[in-house]
Amino acid sequence: MISRKFAKKLRIETLKMTHHGRSSHIGSILSIIDIVAVLYCRILKLRPGNLKNNDRNRFILSKGHAGAAVYAALAFLGFFSKKKLMSHCKNGSNLSGHISHINLPGVEFSTGSLGHGLSVGCGFAFASKLKKEKSKTFVLLSDGECNEGSTWEAAMFAGHHKLKNLVAIIDYNKLQSLTTTTKTLNLEPFKKKWESFGWDCKLIDGHNHKILEKNFSTKSKNKPKCFIASTIKGKGVSFMENKVLWHYRSPNILELKKALEEVKNAR
Amino acid sequence: MRDNFLKALLEVTKKDQNIFLITGDLGFKIFDNYIKKFKNRFLNVGVAEQNMIGIASAMSLRGYKVIVYSIANFGTLRCLEQIRNDAAYHNSNITIVASGGGYTYGSLGVSHHATEDIGILRSLPNIKVFVPSSGVESYLTTKKIINLKGVKYLRIEKTSNIKPLNKKIDVLKPIIYRKGNDGIILTSGGILSECIDSADKLFKNKKINLSIYSLNCIKPFNKNFFKKLLKVKYIISVEEHNYSCGIGSSILENLNKLNIKKNIKIIAIKDRYSSIVGDQNYMRRSNNLNSKSIQNEILKFFNDAKKHF
Repeated sequence: MISRKFAKKLRIETLKMTHHGRSSHIGSILSIIDIVAVLYCRILKLRPGNLKNNDRNRFILSKGHAGAAVYAALAFLGFFSKKKLMSHCKNGSNLSGHISHINLPGVEFSTGSLGHGLSVGCGFAFASKLKKEKSKTFVLLSDGECNEGSTWEAAMFAGHHKLKNLVAIIDYNKLQSLTTTTKTLNLEPFKKKWESFGWDCKLIDGHNHKILEKNFSTKSKNKPKCFIASTIKGKGVSFMENKVLWHYRSPNILELKKALEEVKNAR
Repeated sequence: MRDNFLKALLEVTKKDQNIFLITGDLGFKIFDNYIKKFKNRFLNVGVAEQNMIGIASAMSLRGYKVIVYSIANFGTLRCLEQIRNDAAYHNSNITIVASGGGYTYGSLGVSHHATEDIGILRSLPNIKVFVPSSGVESYLTTKKIINLKGVKYLRIEKTSNIKPLNKKIDVLKPIIYRKGNDGIILTSGGILSECIDSADKLFKNKKINLSIYSLNCIKPFNKNFFKKLLKVKYIISVEEHNYSCGIGSSILENLNKLNIKKNIKIIAIKDRYSSIVGDQNYMRRSNNLNSKSIQNEILKFFNDAKKHF
């Protein structure tokens, strides 16, 4: 499957989901769509048929508030019905705003409180290492999430145990809940921090599919890998890009129409 | 009680390849024997309890039966949200062991007084809560619960070597230590010894003859046992735990579920922190949880009740 086409589908679907569910975080969702698309199309090789295979790759969305992106990806890959997506955040739905695994095959782990996912990733990677499996564990974090001390507990653990089967991807859109990461709690020198915790760390373009695929598929040496993926919050919809407002706001019908036009017409 | 836990752990681990022990940098020397035998099934995550529970939860989803070990409040309160979201919501098969329940580490200060753990842990869905009152209970509980599905909390502490009345015990049910017809004491943890001393003295001095049961398994509760409490006139609960949400509260909740209305005397810590410290016996005395105070409370309870009849 061509990941760029898949990304377009995910953008369209998640815009509709957040509109119909009147739910937040479309900015954060659009920010990770390209990463999620490349992972599910080209890297993870997860399909409904191989979920029972223990030696499979695992993906944990640590920034659980962008769960809609993963729900949509899983539905398009046939893990559950696409119809279900429109129940997102509505009464009686199990597609909660923050990602949940109950009765949703393909969702590896539920998150929503920041700073949990990397530890969980460490656990999966450590177990795979003990079992001498070939699979990898990918964890997608937000930049704001790196304010959490628990993220660094996990980073220190992965570095110490040289978990080369663990890949952390940071959605570095430089905007967090209220303002920029720089104004809130400066993360820089970000790359150096990860390196000093024993990781191989690389800055990459978080929207360039070729670059993402190439980097995600390189073999790790004797260290866990961290990709600081430079992204744009709200990517793909001009009036949402780089705006904190879209961390919260759900697109109304006019905004949805405009957004969908932009996404559909994009190359 | 810790020795009994360790003995059981070694025995269970020997038989089951999936058992994995994680410590949050605590348990100096006590795991030497375990590590010697099962070095590939041991991990010290360092002083990082949040990470510990996240790792344990994921490993349990990969088929491991994980035991996480820490002391006092570190393996529970410090990482409470990880226990809730990562472990309990995912129904992870992990056993959280907290050594040093109640005032075991009395002199070390408030940070080390584990006196709210039962209430906090038992309020989480998908968690079973065990507080053994004797070495035998600790041994048998450890052996049993590692193989139970879901999250288990096991609070252990120093205990005297009291033996239950019956040789064969089921750790999922209340365990009898003393028989009497005038009322019943329900307790959990090492404070059982104070309860037994109180009951013996009340019998000797006041001819009040009380039964004593250990509520080793606080959650889930044994319906049949609580149904029988309908016929008991005086029910007293004793715990080395804060008054709110502890053993006494759990008894009231269980009775309420069964629609049984009873007045219960709850003997517990009176919703306070103890900045004045001392050893466990001192802490029990200063918090009115020693044998003498328990006797007085029970006498008062009996007298007050009589006034109302």
